[in-house]
Amino acid sequence: MKRFLATAPALLVLVASLGAAAAPAVAREAAPLADDPVIEKRLMALAEELRCLVCQNQSLADSHADLAADLRQEIREMMQQGRSDKEIVDYLVARYGDFVLYRPPFKATTALLWAGPALLVVVGGSMLTVALRRRRGALADDAPLSEEEQARVKRLLEEEADGEGPRA
Amino acid sequence: MIPEIGHLALIIALCLALLQGVIPIWGAARGNAVWTAAARPLALGQFTFVALAFSCLVRSFVTDDFSVLYVANHANTALPLQYKVAGVWGGHEGSLLLWVFMLGLWTVAVAAFSRHLPDEMVARVIGVMGLIAVGFLSFMLFTSNPFERLLPAAMEGADLNPLLQDPGLVVHPPMLYMGYVGFSVAYAFSLAALMSGRLDATWARWSRPWTTAAWGVLTLGIALGSWWSYYELGWGGWWFWDPVENASFMPWLVGTALIHSLAVTEKRGGFKNWTVLLAIFAFSLSLLGTFLVRSGVLTSVHAFATDPERGVFILGFLAVVVGSSLALYAWRAPKVGLGGKFDLSSRESLLLTNNVLLVAAAGSVLLGTLYPLLLDALGLGKISVGPPYFNSVFVPLMVPLVFLIGIGPFARWKKTSFAELARRLKWALGAGVVAAVVLPLVLGRWTPLIALGILMAAWVAVTVGQNLLTRVRATPGGFGAVPNHYLGMELAHLGVAVVIVGVTLVTGLEQEKDVRMDVGDTATVGGYTFRFDGVTQVPGPNYESRMGTLTVFKGDQALRRLHPEKRIYRVQTMPMTEAAITSNLVRDLYVSLGEPVGAGAWSVRIYYKPFVSWIWSGAAIMALGGFLTLTDQRYRLLLGRRFRARARRGEAAGEAAR
Amino acid sequence: MKARTWIPLAVFGVLVAFLAAGLKLDPREVPSPLIDKPAPLFSLPLLHDPTQAMSPGQLKGQVWMLNVWASWCVSCRHEHPLLVQLSRTGQVPIYGLDYKDKVGDALAWLEQFGNPYTQSLVDADGRVGIDYGVYGVPETYLIDKEGIIRYKHIGPLTPKVIEETILPRVRELNA
Repeated sequence: MKRFLATAPALLVLVASLGAAAAPAVAREAAPLADDPVIEKRLMALAEELRCLVCQNQSLADSHADLAADLRQEIREMMQQGRSDKEIVDYLVARYGDFVLYRPPFKATTALLWAGPALLVVVGGSMLTVALRRRRGALADDAPLSEEEQARVKRLLEEEADGEGPRA
Repeated sequence: MIPEIGHLALIIALCLALLQGVIPIWGAARGNAVWTAAARPLALGQFTFVALAFSCLVRSFVTDDFSVLYVANHANTALPLQYKVAGVWGGHEGSLLLWVFMLGLWTVAVAAFSRHLPDEMVARVIGVMGLIAVGFLSFMLFTSNPFERLLPAAMEGADLNPLLQDPGLVVHPPMLYMGYVGFSVAYAFSLAALMSGRLDATWARWSRPWTTAAWGVLTLGIALGSWWSYYELGWGGWWFWDPVENASFMPWLVGTALIHSLAVTEKRGGFKNWTVLLAIFAFSLSLLGTFLVRSGVLTSVHAFATDPERGVFILGFLAVVVGSSLALYAWRAPKVGLGGKFDLSSRESLLLTNNVLLVAAAGSVLLGTLYPLLLDALGLGKISVGPPYFNSVFVPLMVPLVFLIGIGPFARWKKTSFAELARRLKWALGAGVVAAVVLPLVLGRWTPLIALGILMAAWVAVTVGQNLLTRVRATPGGFGAVPNHYLGMELAHLGVAVVIVGVTLVTGLEQEKDVRMDVGDTATVGGYTFRFDGVTQVPGPNYESRMGTLTVFKGDQALRRLHPEKRIYRVQTMPMTEAAITSNLVRDLYVSLGEPVGAGAWSVRIYYKPFVSWIWSGAAIMALGGFLTLTDQRYRLLLGRRFRARARRGEAAGEAAR
Repeated sequence: MKARTWIPLAVFGVLVAFLAAGLKLDPREVPSPLIDKPAPLFSLPLLHDPTQAMSPGQLKGQVWMLNVWASWCVSCRHEHPLLVQLSRTGQVPIYGLDYKDKVGDALAWLEQFGNPYTQSLVDADGRVGIDYGVYGVPETYLIDKEGIIRYKHIGPLTPKVIEETILPRVRELNA
């Protein structure tokens, strides 16, 4: 539906070529809306990575806005001319800046963004390990148990192994 | 008259909330039994007036009172009744009233189900919740009054946004807000513990059911939102990493971590500081979400109408609430009391690793959501952070987490042997690998990502089954004697597996066709054939619809008719696409009308979405698991004891008064 | 150990500072990457004489303003009187880019509201707009003698912007 508006020129060609017959012909397999489904698929995949500049946070693929339709048409033509995805993205970034990319480019200013998640895990993991090691040291060593206590402990541990054990 | 009553009720509620926030906490600090005991009645009183205000607003909507500005902006005489009621929370002011209403509900619930708790603790908890209510009620009364008058009254309302005229509006926001607000209970418990200095395993045990209840409700709220956008927006997406969606997801992630951390603290008495901090974080993220949605700081399709004055107020409120709780934490977090000893390899460690991963995930979502703002504020340019970033960052964090779901329940408390775990779980892993190799091929398409998803889901499912079997065998009395809190846990984990199946298969195997259809034309998608039977004009209650008819065939057999619509709502003249969906257990068939392309032909988009309903069913199973743990015997025993405790306390108070 | 417990509060303080700064920003404004870069070249027909075309290359040697407008644009009406007034002072020539508009409507609109433009160019399909990074109407560019874009204003012009930013820049660039 979002593509429908964008493929208006293609539609006109399609309609024109099918003639202005009022009554439909024999039922047949519906024709794809786009001129070139391969390019269309590539267009949509790329458009998912781009931002609609006039919308409230929608991708270029999902948007109904006029500018979005214009940009999709522009991209479609560039793909038909044989330009690569990277060339198309560079073209748009030259005109609209990094804002148009939903996948932020990796630069000095976005290093923290891309490294952040891994950093969080590493920092969190090390803090946890340090905390666990420290508490193991901080707690006093257990005195050795008597045989009777050991047997009791063994029984309790077996109970616990299968779940949470006796409730408090 | 009614709006004025509502307005007055809010003012009275604010006064009561102020008393509720101050008196019980002061009383608990001073050991004053009368002031402490004032908590419950004050809470009940405040809620009564909030409920009164809420009913007044509902009445104004239902009676089409367009002399109330909020009603005039969001309703219409032709609006169906259920949307008149739901429209109460369709805009900023009314949704705040819903927030406060939910807060009142939770406060009354705490007041009712806390007879087994010491009075000073209850007083502090209710007091903190009262202070939060003060903030929201003031916000409403000073900047966002839902009862503001429009004089002279409008002849007709501006109608509710057509996107909101849907059953989704009736359930999603109430569930969501109930969840958001529910985390305030755990938050209040944490602050109460910090204030009293009593931070121990018992506190964890008391907090746990409240946290689980809020978490379960929030899970449902988020799932409903996802499902609603799926069928409503017309192109079959179900998660967009939109800032407002992220605002609900972050508290959920931290809430999940909190549930697991509470388990460690309750069982072993350790990591109390961390658990308290998590509880503060969870609710802080709820408040942060409230700020982000209403301040205009981020762009979102969900955002309410923004106003800088409101943004400043909420930010101030956020700063005070979170800032004071973090300051209280810094000041009062105990330095001693490490709790039980446990090994580096133990169930406790695995649960805490779960925490690291979940908090890292929440942190990543926060980072991605706020990064554009960060760079802009520093003058470093403007960027966008969208689904490509979130997907590439979130999935790698989830993989180890899901792996842990299988291991954790098998690990022993205090000390466990990884070698032994590996021995016990190798068959489960093998089964997962087999499923990952075979199932995608059977379903028609094998890619590494699909295989990974199947591996994770199968791993969880098999380990849950294996763990359940082991537990049942070891329990005298069999399945019936297995405690509910354990069954709930396994059910919730199983729900995760179901969600993973849904996400993996719909992302990997969905098919789509965008075609031009004349009457009689057919298109084949996902093994089903769709025949276009034309479009007719159909008037609706407050819209005009062009309704298409498509017949779905499997082979030669006609299955059913689908009726996608293109609606124009009369008042807002906004065109809306209503997709037609038919679901069964293993797939959704989704049809959307595009535009007429001449001579009775239309552009139509057809989707085959396998297993997409498993996403929301899985979430429902997770929530169900959570609720099941609440029905555990230990809580039922406690409730039974409440009556005896109340009687005993009544006697003691009688003694003290004499 | 005690000091460590203050870290969450400190981090939160930083967050609040950023959020407060954010309240003054507009998250929907897209700054132009074309500042200090050559104005994209084009050749478009004149609104008042479609048989003739014009290109920005012809304007080298003078400081000029490019105002993107359209007859269907509601906010353009708010800034239009200011443009008309500015054009009368003669401090900077204003050229209009009639964006995705119908010629008839555009001419009628200028008749009704006044014509501040030395010339108006017809960008019927919006391609030139895309080249200039136009995403909403109205937008205004300030271009210097060498044909380099020096300033872009997004949204309707206000007296404050004209007085405090645009005219001083014009004077600077003319010096």
